[in-house]
Amino acid sequence: MSDEDDIILSDLDDEELVQQMFDDLYDGLKEEIEEAVNILLERGWQPYDILTKALVGGMTIVGHDFRDGILFVPEVLLAANAMKGGMSILKPLLAETGAPRMGSMVIGTVKGDIHDIGKNLVSMMMEGAGFEVVDIGINNAVEAYLEALDEHKPDILGMSALLTTTMPYMKVVIDTMVEQGLRDDYIVLVGGAPLNEEFGKAIGADGYCRDAAVAVEMAKEYVARKHNQMSA
Amino acid sequence: MTRLDDSTLTSETLAPLPGSSSGRGRVLIIACGALAREILALRDINGWSHMDLTCLPAILHNHPEKIAAAAQEAIDKHRGDYGQIFMAYADCGTGGALQAVCDAEGVEMIAGPHCYSFFSGNAAFEAAGEVTSFFLTDFLARQFDTFVVKPLGLDRHPELAEMYFGNYEKLIYLAQTDDPALTAKAEAAAEALGLAFERRMTGYGDLAAALETLNSTAG
Repeated sequence: MSDEDDIILSDLDDEELVQQMFDDLYDGLKEEIEEAVNILLERGWQPYDILTKALVGGMTIVGHDFRDGILFVPEVLLAANAMKGGMSILKPLLAETGAPRMGSMVIGTVKGDIHDIGKNLVSMMMEGAGFEVVDIGINNAVEAYLEALDEHKPDILGMSALLTTTMPYMKVVIDTMVEQGLRDDYIVLVGGAPLNEEFGKAIGADGYCRDAAVAVEMAKEYVARKHNQMSA
Repeated sequence: MTRLDDSTLTSETLAPLPGSSSGRGRVLIIACGALAREILALRDINGWSHMDLTCLPAILHNHPEKIAAAAQEAIDKHRGDYGQIFMAYADCGTGGALQAVCDAEGVEMIAGPHCYSFFSGNAAFEAAGEVTSFFLTDFLARQFDTFVVKPLGLDRHPELAEMYFGNYEKLIYLAQTDDPALTAKAEAAAEALGLAFERRMTGYGDLAAALETLNSTAG
């Protein structure tokens, strides 16, 4: 926008400010997002509301335009970086204010693979949706996944891979979970550029997540189903 | 040796370049454009005049999900003109899809996951297990801007390099030829990505062996 420099965020009313945050997220303007988050906090907004209505709302638009081929990876990364700036302000406050908790997830990139852009995006959007996320990083052997599952007892295990050479390792992890009688204790979601639904099914995952937005929706659906089963 | 323009090899499908024997070879090589110069060099060095070469756009390297369909189309197009076709691709991120096309068509292809591997020698590459290394070949060093900088938006947002390459430690330039200017270009690429630099002279690695086998098979 040509008149962007003229906009004074604090002069906007709440509705206008949230709309402006959508635009600023879309344009990857981290400092503006951080400023807007602080303004909304000063106005008495709950951290959870800022997260869901402004940040997640804005990133959802970014996600849709990425899916539809309007935005590309660099723009999504800039938007994610801007959201991260806002999240870093909100995260400590979310814990204090008792934000709703949807469930928990351990997530990591598989052995032999050091790519984490998709994983980090999923982690951030899952946190934005109210999930507690334990990110065990990159290049994870099966032992690292099992150790994290044992320690954190999450609802969901998320695995990511960018390479066709590393994605088969997801099956190694799932097969080991089956061997150890652990498979049915967890929802297993997988994702990454070279994967598809057929692959997800073939390796025994519960779901293949095409993008971060799908991961969040699928996680909510599976966790709700799991909780319903437990309470039935 | 036929001179080939990198821009053409990047984005266009190349019509068959015939071998020197009787104007048309008995074997068609369908190759990634990124291998064109190397295959023609091997053809010239070894006198494999029965080989014709056609290339698919090298930029498919950035869209591996499109390679199998493009390969199928090329096979269909040229099948009637050649008794034997060879696919000068490794798996190249197709997740077995290219192998499936080749199996169905009775076409041989190069073994291994990608060109970094077969230039290094597949066994050596796998044994090294250098997962934190980013690789360039001669072609990719020449075309670094087209294949890496622009698609990743680093020309517009160099600050994204950390997000893309933060987990990498080293850029390894797998050199097919001894070219100081190209080495300097690869080293500059490493510097731009904030990675350590190493140059390895691989020559043509397993590519030569793959074509040699084809040569003897073709008689």
